[in-house]
Amino acid sequence: MLDTFLQNLLNAMQWGSFYSLIALGYTLVYGVLRLINFAHGDIVMVGAYIAFFISSALLGKYGMPQVMPGWAVLALTIPLTMVLTSLVGVTIERIAYRPLRRKGAHRLYVVITALMAGLVLENGNLLLLGASRKKFPEMIDKVVYKFGAIYVTNLKVGVILTSILSFIVLHFIITRTKVGMAMRAISYDKFAIPLMGIPVDVVIVFTFVLGSAMAGLAGILFALSYPILDPYMGMSIGWKAFIAAVVGGIGDIRGAFVGGFILGIIEISVVAVFPSSYRDLIAFSILLVILTLKPTGLFGVPHTTKI
Amino acid sequence: MNSSGKTPFLEVRNLEVKYGNITALHGISFVVEKGEIVTLIGANGAGKTTTLHSITRLPPPEAPKVSAGDILINGQSILKTAAHDVVRNLHCALAPEGRHIFGNLTVTENLTLATFSRPKTDDLNHDYDHVFELFPRLAERRNQRSESLSGGEQQMLAVGRALMSGCTFLMLDEPSMGLAPLLMYDMFRALKRLNEDGMTILLIEQNAKLALDFAHRGYLLETGEIILSGDAAQLLQNPEIHKAYLG
Repeated sequence: MLDTFLQNLLNAMQWGSFYSLIALGYTLVYGVLRLINFAHGDIVMVGAYIAFFISSALLGKYGMPQVMPGWAVLALTIPLTMVLTSLVGVTIERIAYRPLRRKGAHRLYVVITALMAGLVLENGNLLLLGASRKKFPEMIDKVVYKFGAIYVTNLKVGVILTSILSFIVLHFIITRTKVGMAMRAISYDKFAIPLMGIPVDVVIVFTFVLGSAMAGLAGILFALSYPILDPYMGMSIGWKAFIAAVVGGIGDIRGAFVGGFILGIIEISVVAVFPSSYRDLIAFSILLVILTLKPTGLFGVPHTTKI
Repeated sequence: MNSSGKTPFLEVRNLEVKYGNITALHGISFVVEKGEIVTLIGANGAGKTTTLHSITRLPPPEAPKVSAGDILINGQSILKTAAHDVVRNLHCALAPEGRHIFGNLTVTENLTLATFSRPKTDDLNHDYDHVFELFPRLAERRNQRSESLSGGEQQMLAVGRALMSGCTFLMLDEPSMGLAPLLMYDMFRALKRLNEDGMTILLIEQNAKLALDFAHRGYLLETGEIILSGDAAQLLQNPEIHKAYLG
């Protein structure tokens, strides 16, 4: 009984890790811009595809020689993917959101633009690469550790530790660095930011870099765990991570992190008891109840401080 | 150019500013010399805050478009300068009306944030000490979230923050607003000291008596036009000002 519980908890932590990493991106952008970046789930998808192409090339596809072992390929793919994915995020900010901001457009129009940017990414991918799914390469051999009756793979441990580590790094940036301070300050009072000699756009670009890098990381980890890629893969997980961010209290990174794990735990718990087709129905009913009881989310404070 | 033939530190020349179709400033002109305290006085809605926001180059909607005229710092037009560069490169800072401190940050974090764009070579410790010496109450509350400060303390923080940006020109928008009399005198004593150490100050006040007692020179703004100017002492004696603003 305890074994089953722990086994399920580990699975829940793995799913929670994906949700958390993605939710962090939603919450960062929301905290700074008050924008729900609906393209974010699709940026996760783009991250997974970027990782696919980089790792395939390094593993000797496309006529390239393979010069390094699988673990080195993974070690190189992760930072490269994060960098390239953040470039995608920054590009979307630059060409889609910033012009609207300059014109002082109402937030609603920016949100609609974000939705459209997401659709452009999905369908652009479809046009470029076709509808056939891609098989994500295996870079590391699967190792199974056995503790009593509990089985843990190296991948599972890696995913969970990576998401926790990412949160710690992000938390450090937000609370201890000047640019993190500026991100928190912007969410409280945007007016006074330029008066401090701070270029607002620099802070916004930095926010998109952080959020998209996390999305890229989530994309790789997800593809390693479920190695089938398709252009719509980011949609469902993106929506769920967004809901996780809201339940946690959008704008607060602790909320996003905890919210992601809560969603993971609820989903796996439902599946442990009910048929898996009930998963989303029951999971989101529970989240609905949480929001009814605490509309600002678990870590949210009405109207005032965010991030 | 002013009468002595020198380039003034700040020159506002025939500045016209519009909010949509409504003209807020009808071509006002004034100068601030280095080391001076100048005050713009006038009733609510006269265009005082609009003037300051135009000088800070805040992006819309905070600062409206300049439709005519020019703003010059050391003889150079700043109309194309970004707001953050006015602080970073020209060392002009504003303690805005309503203070706009970052309530979710501590006192120290607010001060630190203002050093964001300063060169690494600057002696920041000296500046923190200077601010804490000028406003000892901030030192006592340095680790407190700044939204928990009293109104007067928040005003001190707004001024302290402006100082931490490394400014040589300080603009103050209604620093006396909502302050208890005792705190108000503390504040103006501190500002006087800053000026004696070389800070150029442009002060906006509804409390004309307070402002003219403090400043060297003053301008009276009425519905977007400057209708009177002169030495503060003279303006204090002016019967019109007396009647309308000093009661």
